[in-house]
This record gives sequence, C-alpha cells and structure tokens, in this order.
Amino acid sequence: MTAPQPAATGGPMIAIEAVSKWYGEVRVLAGCSTAVTRGEVVVVCGPSGSGKSTLLKCVNALEPFQEGQITVDGTRVRDKATNLPRLRARVGMVFQHFELFPHLSVLDNLTLAPRKVLGRSKAEAARRGLDLLARVGLSAHAHKHPGQLSGGQQQRVAIARALAMDPVVMLFDEPTSALDPEMVGEVLDVMVELARDGMTMMVVTHEMGFARKVADRVVFMDRGEIVEDVAKDAFFDRPRSERAQQFLSKILAH
Amino acid sequence: MLAGLDLSVVADSLPYLFGEGMVFTLTLTALAASGGIVLGTGLALLRLSGVPGLTHAAKLYVELMRSLPLVLVIFWFYFLVPYLGAWAIGADTPIRVGAFASALVTFTLFEAAYFSEIVRAGIQSIPKGQSAAARALGMSYAQVMRLVVLPQALRNMVPLLLTQTIVLFQDTSLVYVLSLTDFLGAASKVAQRDGRLVEMYLFAALVYFAVCFAASLLVRRLQARTAIAR
Amino acid sequence: MNYTWNWGIFLEPSPEGAGSYADMLLSGLAWTVVTALCSWAIAFTLGSVVGVMRTLPSRTANAIGAAYVEGFRNVPLLVQMFLWYFVLPELLPARLGAAVKQMPDAPFYTAVLCLGFFTAARVAEQVRAGIRALPRGQAQAGLALGLTWAQTYRAVLLPNAYRIILPPLTSEFLNNLKNTSVALTIGLLELTARARSMQEFSFQVFEAFTAATLLYVALNLVVIAGATLLERRVAVPGGR
Repeated sequence: MTAPQPAATGGPMIAIEAVSKWYGEVRVLAGCSTAVTRGEVVVVCGPSGSGKSTLLKCVNALEPFQEGQITVDGTRVRDKATNLPRLRARVGMVFQHFELFPHLSVLDNLTLAPRKVLGRSKAEAARRGLDLLARVGLSAHAHKHPGQLSGGQQQRVAIARALAMDPVVMLFDEPTSALDPEMVGEVLDVMVELARDGMTMMVVTHEMGFARKVADRVVFMDRGEIVEDVAKDAFFDRPRSERAQQFLSKILAH
Repeated sequence: MLAGLDLSVVADSLPYLFGEGMVFTLTLTALAASGGIVLGTGLALLRLSGVPGLTHAAKLYVELMRSLPLVLVIFWFYFLVPYLGAWAIGADTPIRVGAFASALVTFTLFEAAYFSEIVRAGIQSIPKGQSAAARALGMSYAQVMRLVVLPQALRNMVPLLLTQTIVLFQDTSLVYVLSLTDFLGAASKVAQRDGRLVEMYLFAALVYFAVCFAASLLVRRLQARTAIAR
Repeated sequence: MNYTWNWGIFLEPSPEGAGSYADMLLSGLAWTVVTALCSWAIAFTLGSVVGVMRTLPSRTANAIGAAYVEGFRNVPLLVQMFLWYFVLPELLPARLGAAVKQMPDAPFYTAVLCLGFFTAARVAEQVRAGIRALPRGQAQAGLALGLTWAQTYRAVLLPNAYRIILPPLTSEFLNNLKNTSVALTIGLLELTARARSMQEFSFQVFEAFTAATLLYVALNLVVIAGATLLERRVAVPGGR
C-alpha cells in the first residue's frame, strides 16, 4: 500500500494503464492505456459498442475492471483500500440520459450531494447551487422539477449538479446523444465554456465539431481497443488507422 | 426445544392427515378454483359488457367481496346458505347444508371476485383491433369473446390464474373456523388430542410450504415458456 | 325467508355488561385498526429492507431476501399465526416461553408480529419491483456524486420507488387490514370476532354480519381516500 500522493503533483490527472475488462467470456476492454493531464480536454470517440462509455465509467469505478490500473489525481481506482465515494466526489460525471433525480427540485438536485457528502450547510450549498444555475443560464428554474424542463435544460442542470461538488475533473458520457437536435447547441456551449475555464475533461461524444473546437487530444476506440491517441489536428487531418478513416468518413459525410 | 420433538406423532397420523385432511383440501381447492374461474369469467364479461346495469352490478359484487375479510365471508355464507337454499326450493324453514357444501359455495363465490379481476385484465390486454376485426366480420359480442378474445386472453392469464389457485389452496385452511377437517384441521385435531402442537403445526407448515413452493416454481417455469412463445 | 329481523339489537346491552352490542362492535373495529397499523409499521420497514436486499449486487443479500419472501409467502397465514402463538413459545428457553405465554394481550402482540412478518414478504416484492423499474442510471448518478450505496438508496432510489408502487402498496395495506381477522383464531377480539360473538349471544346473525360488513367497507373507503390524498401530495411536478 502506498500512501495517497499529494493532489498537486505534476503527474496526469487520469492515468489509464493497460485496462482490460470482461463481461463473463466477452472481453469489452483490451489493454487500454491513455492519460489526461491537468487542464486537458480529451475527446473519446468510436463506433457504438467500441467500449468508450465503459472505459469512461471505469475511471470513477461505476464499472469494475479485472486488469490494469487507473489512477485519478493520485488515487488508485482498483484498490480495496480506496474510499470510492470520496474518489467519486472529486470526479464529476454527466450521463447520456441526464439522470437528474425526478423527485427533487432543480436546486435540491444541486445541493443533495454537497450536503450529504461534503457536509456543507443547506444555505451554503444553496448559494453555490444558485451561482452554478446562473452560470448555465437556468436561474429562473431553480424551484422547478426536472420533469418540467426540456432535455437541453435538464442536461445543463446535470452539468451544474456535477460542478457543485467542485470536481477536479469532469467525465461526459455522450452528453448530447439523447437530445433533440435543436437542444444540442445549448449543452455544447456550456461545455465549451467549461473547457475554456481550464476544466480537465474526458468527453465521450460523436460531436466532431465540439472536438475540433476544444479538444486537445482525440482517443479513437474500436472493439475495446484504443486505436488512436493523438493530438486533435493529427486525428482530423491525417488519421493513421483505416478504422479511424472509415469512422471519420461516415460521421463527417452528413 | 427441537431436540424433544416426538416425530412418531406425525408418523402415526399420516394416513389421517393426508387420507382425510389433504384430500378435503385438494378437493375444495380444485372445485372452488374451477367454479371460481367460470364464475369469474362471467363476472368479467358482465363488467366489460358495457350494459350499464350489468356492469355496475358486477363491479359492486367484485368490490364488495374484495373489501371483506375471507373469514367474515365464511361466516356469512355458513349462516346464509341454509336460508338461500330454502328460498330457492320454496321451503319454509332453513334447509340443512353440509359444512363442505357451505365451504364450497363460499370459496367459489369469494374467489370468483379475484379471478374476475385477472380475467378482466387479461381481456383488456388484448388489442382493441382484435375485437374490431371480429366485429367487422359480423360476429356478435358473444362470438367475439368466445372465438377471438378469450382464447388469446386465457393463454396469457394461465400463470396468474394458477398463482391465484395457490393462494386459494392456502386460503382453504381458514375452514378451520368452521371446525372442518381440512389438512390443517386434521393436524390441529391430532395436535390437540395428543398435546403435540409443536410437532403437528411445524409439520403442517412444512407440507404447505413444500406444496406451494413447488407449485410456484412450476408456474414460474410455465410463465417463462409462455413469455418466449409470445 | 322466515327470519326475524331486529335492527334495534345494536342498542341493547351486550351480555358482557359494559355496553351495547354497538359498543362491542366498535371496540372490535378499534382492535382491527390498531392491529393493522402496528403490523403495517413492521411490514413496511422490514419489507423495505428485504426488498432492498433483493436489489443489491451481493449474492448473499439476494439469497437471504429470496428465502425470506418464499418462506413467508408459501405458508398459509393461519398456519403462521399458529406457529407464532403455539409453537414459538415452546421453542424459546423455558422461562422466556412461559413469560411470553402469560403476557397480557398476547393475542394482540402475536397478531402484530405475525401479520407484520407475513405482509413484509409482500411489501418486499413490491419494493423490489419499484427499484427495478427505475432507470439503472439513477443509482450510477447517485454513486457518481460520491453518495454511498446507503445514501443512494435513501435519497434517490427509495423515494422514487415508493412513488411508483404506491397503488400496489395501498392494496397490500388493505390486505393486511382484512387479514387481521385471521387473528380471531388465536383469540384477538377484532371486528369479525365481535360480530361472531354478537351472533352467538343475540342470535341476530345477519344484523351482526351486516354491521361488520358495512364497517369493513367504510374502512376500505377511508384507506382508499387516504391513499388518493397521499398520492396527490407526493406527486412529482412534471411527472416522471
């Protein structure tokens, strides 16, 4: 057992080393290795079923994996001694289907975890929550319930909910793929702004426009493997693998 | 404690427990289930018939039965059936009705309310297009139900009807309040005669459990199979 | 039918001395209500725990939950009543068993425990179904925020599951209410038992049972009205 390293080391925020995962006999991740450094925005893309969402969920241990190691800000994910709730409290996550808590008001969605996990007072959590709602442009909706909001609004609330925990890194799992097309923009705008403010982000998405705009690096996955892991321009201008070329031609054709 | 259990009491009374008690229980269950399903189907059809008086009468009957404890209903019919019988045959004095007949009437009428809810849900689960199509072919309401809707609905309902029959099998133990000799009644009589309550009631619980658990496993397997067939 | 009706019977003093037949029935009603409420408290709490166990990722928890449900669902309530009342005290250490048998109101406490444990199995099945009906992402969202499993269940999964299963829980509550009558076999003086004693004392069988029937119907209506109010109060704006 190594002592937890201090948070402010120069190492990567997320280090993924030779991670493999099986569902029974089926291998869904095969020796995946990559890293996300502080302040970096990494877009993970690939055809559906390529394992990109699974890899993302391994980072905060929502999915267990059998081989390899992931280290988040000095904390090893696959380690019995790791306090998973404490780790997850520092890693924000945004889901494809928003997953707001339907029985709670928007503001209560934002204050639940800060109060229960970080022990903040109700007033303090609410103040911070209202600040964040203002930041995503939803101040007027604080006392509504999720069911009364549009999909785009719900996803912006979900981003604010994750930010309310003051995470050191944000994970996005296809944050726009469940949205009606006209609502994709408002969510991407919030994410672009977040990236420009220097947030470390790992984003699973098909939105190549977003990737071009803010990504530093692109990780391309296929059949559980990381096929390419290169700078953004290199990926879009001269993808090396045939699989990435096919993927890009399909996705950019429309 | 358990070490002091006298299992010979159980062994000695097996012929009585099963030969009389369990035969009574199974007979009552089988007859009441058949009668209840037939009557319940009738009630469901009345309720869905759309004829105001019939619909309401059926609904009132079902809701009334479902809001009463079975024990109270058992007492009701125990006293009521002799009068109803007298009224039916025009006699002046209440007729004598055997306890078994009384129990059978009770369970049939009571369970019919529960069976009718299952049948009603089953009929309603058949797409409206089916009866519309049959109507379009010129069939009457009775023909639509008998030839098109019920055959489909019944197949889907079989697991639920069987589960309700397992409930009925357990419920028949309540004839204890009429001092009848069903399986539990038999066990209870031996228990009291020999002063061996612990052995007899534990054994009774074990037998009920074995029968009901095995039956529910069978129903589950059947359910899995019909789910695939659909 | 030559049956002599006498609706005035309810105002006549019951042979027990203390009051009229009407008082006797009302005291039965009170026992029915109190027994139903106390046993429901056990059923709801225990049933929620067992139901949650059946949704946990642990195999052991699952097996224990399943065994509980199968055990209590596959033995008739009346047999369970006898096990609690006649058998359990014999299996306890001698002195404890004797103390239990001599407890005042033993039928009441026995009925509460028996119905509570019996109904818990049914509540557990509903709770499990309610939790299963929620999107899988809800639990993940709770965990991803740093909530523990316990916190996720308490703050996220259960509040939503209970809302979904309110209608079936209402009918389990009604079943539990009706099942209190089974406790007359161990001497609980609840409504059906009182109607039966009235019939034995006064021979006015149909008046006694009609009164009990009306009281049960009234109880049902009150419960359904209460459940409707509750459903409206906890309804989530915007639905789910």
